[in-house]
Amino acid sequence: MSAESNVRTLTIDGEEISARADQTILEAAREHKLAIPTLCHLDGLSEVGACRMCLVEVKGARRLLPACVTRVEEGMEVTTHNPKIDRYRTMILELFFAERNHICSICVANGNCELQSLALTLGMTHVEIPYQYPQLPVDASHPRFTVDHNRCVLCTRCVRVCSEIEGANTWGVMGRGAQSLVITDLKEPWGESETCTSCGKCVQVCPTGALFEKDRAGSKVRKQPDFLPYLRIMREGEQ
Amino acid sequence: MTDIRTLATVWLDGCSGCHMSLLDMDERLIELSSQFQLVYSPLVDRKTFPERVDVTLVEGAVASVEDLKKIRRIREHTGVLVSLGDCALTGNVSAMRNTCGPQPVMLRVYEQNVLQPQIPTEGVPALLNRVRPVHEVVPVDVYVPGCPPSADTIYRVLSELLAGHVPTLGGVAHFG
Ligand code: SF4
Ligand code: SF4
Ligand code: SF4
Ligand code: FES
Repeated sequence: MSAESNVRTLTIDGEEISARADQTILEAAREHKLAIPTLCHLDGLSEVGACRMCLVEVKGARRLLPACVTRVEEGMEVTTHNPKIDRYRTMILELFFAERNHICSICVANGNCELQSLALTLGMTHVEIPYQYPQLPVDASHPRFTVDHNRCVLCTRCVRVCSEIEGANTWGVMGRGAQSLVITDLKEPWGESETCTSCGKCVQVCPTGALFEKDRAGSKVRKQPDFLPYLRIMREGEQ
Repeated sequence: MTDIRTLATVWLDGCSGCHMSLLDMDERLIELSSQFQLVYSPLVDRKTFPERVDVTLVEGAVASVEDLKKIRRIREHTGVLVSLGDCALTGNVSAMRNTCGPQPVMLRVYEQNVLQPQIPTEGVPALLNRVRPVHEVVPVDVYVPGCPPSADTIYRVLSELLAGHVPTLGGVAHFG
């Protein structure tokens, strides 16, 4: 394959850009500093297309498409923001807030949470969908970390980092839809997990206050997910 | 004396933090008070909600039959209803009991670990089974997130209302 055929030309929000054929719309957009909101996506992890925050309009497509798992194509015309897209994104955000119990004022992630800041940047000031108030567990059995399911958005970043980067495969997802829970091993308490190495990677990549370090609770917790791309590059270099 | 408008503030199920934040506007309160007349509030004496109020700020969620009665009356007699703070907007801490209902909370507070256990029934309004954000009960015109919203945010809201705009706080203030 020639280098030529590897290049795709497309427009994003009217701006003509070229991208590699193997890039997603999200990658191409970010390379050109065009903002698309994301939640489940994290640089350095595989894509799952789970949260739908990154929905964009592609001319000719009948539905909005998730930018993080849609590859660029020649001649594509992509729109990242318009009233319809914004409405969808706000609705998805509202669902996240309504499905669990997010009480930002008493949350360890307050001021440092990707869900909270998405609500801010997308201008969501209240939730119109009725709150569900589910009864959800908090597992504090691990000596260093806690999982509070009330704040989990089921992005599966923890699952992916634990399997793809740490190789421990401690996290998994149980159940369906809004009833899903992330679980450690076969739903054993995290503290009794045989596989968890206590590396803390899942805590660092969790976008919300669902996973947190115990000794940091109550103070301003700043998570550090930026280590991933570097780690990945270093590892690939070794192979 | 042409443009004095009327302002009310109410305190439903909240911690009064939003009202504290209101007072935190400091000297800007003086500036505002020349333009707004505070006609009803926990901060003034009047006992009944006036016939007509231009702007009402509501702190707190709707948690009791009393809150419910109040907010309906307030809505009816208010021009612009402002949901002030997370309790009014989301239920916040006030709504934490919604996962279990009011009974366990009553037992915990008035019966367990108490010398003379007794659940009060007289002179106190009955609790609703579910604490609700204000907009689930009556239509709301302005939403002001924050626990509490900052004095700057409240000032901005009141200034814009005075200038004749209905402000939106999207992109300006977040929950928590
Ligand atoms: S996880 Fe984020 S959105 Fe949820 S309560 Fe905590 S700060 Fe708020
Ligand atoms: S615990 Fe955190 S990282 Fe894991 S799925 Fe929930 S929100 Fe995502
Ligand atoms: S929003 Fe926060 S400060 Fe305001 S009443 Fe509720 S808990 Fe208190
Ligand atoms: S970021 Fe694309 S679906 Fe979550």
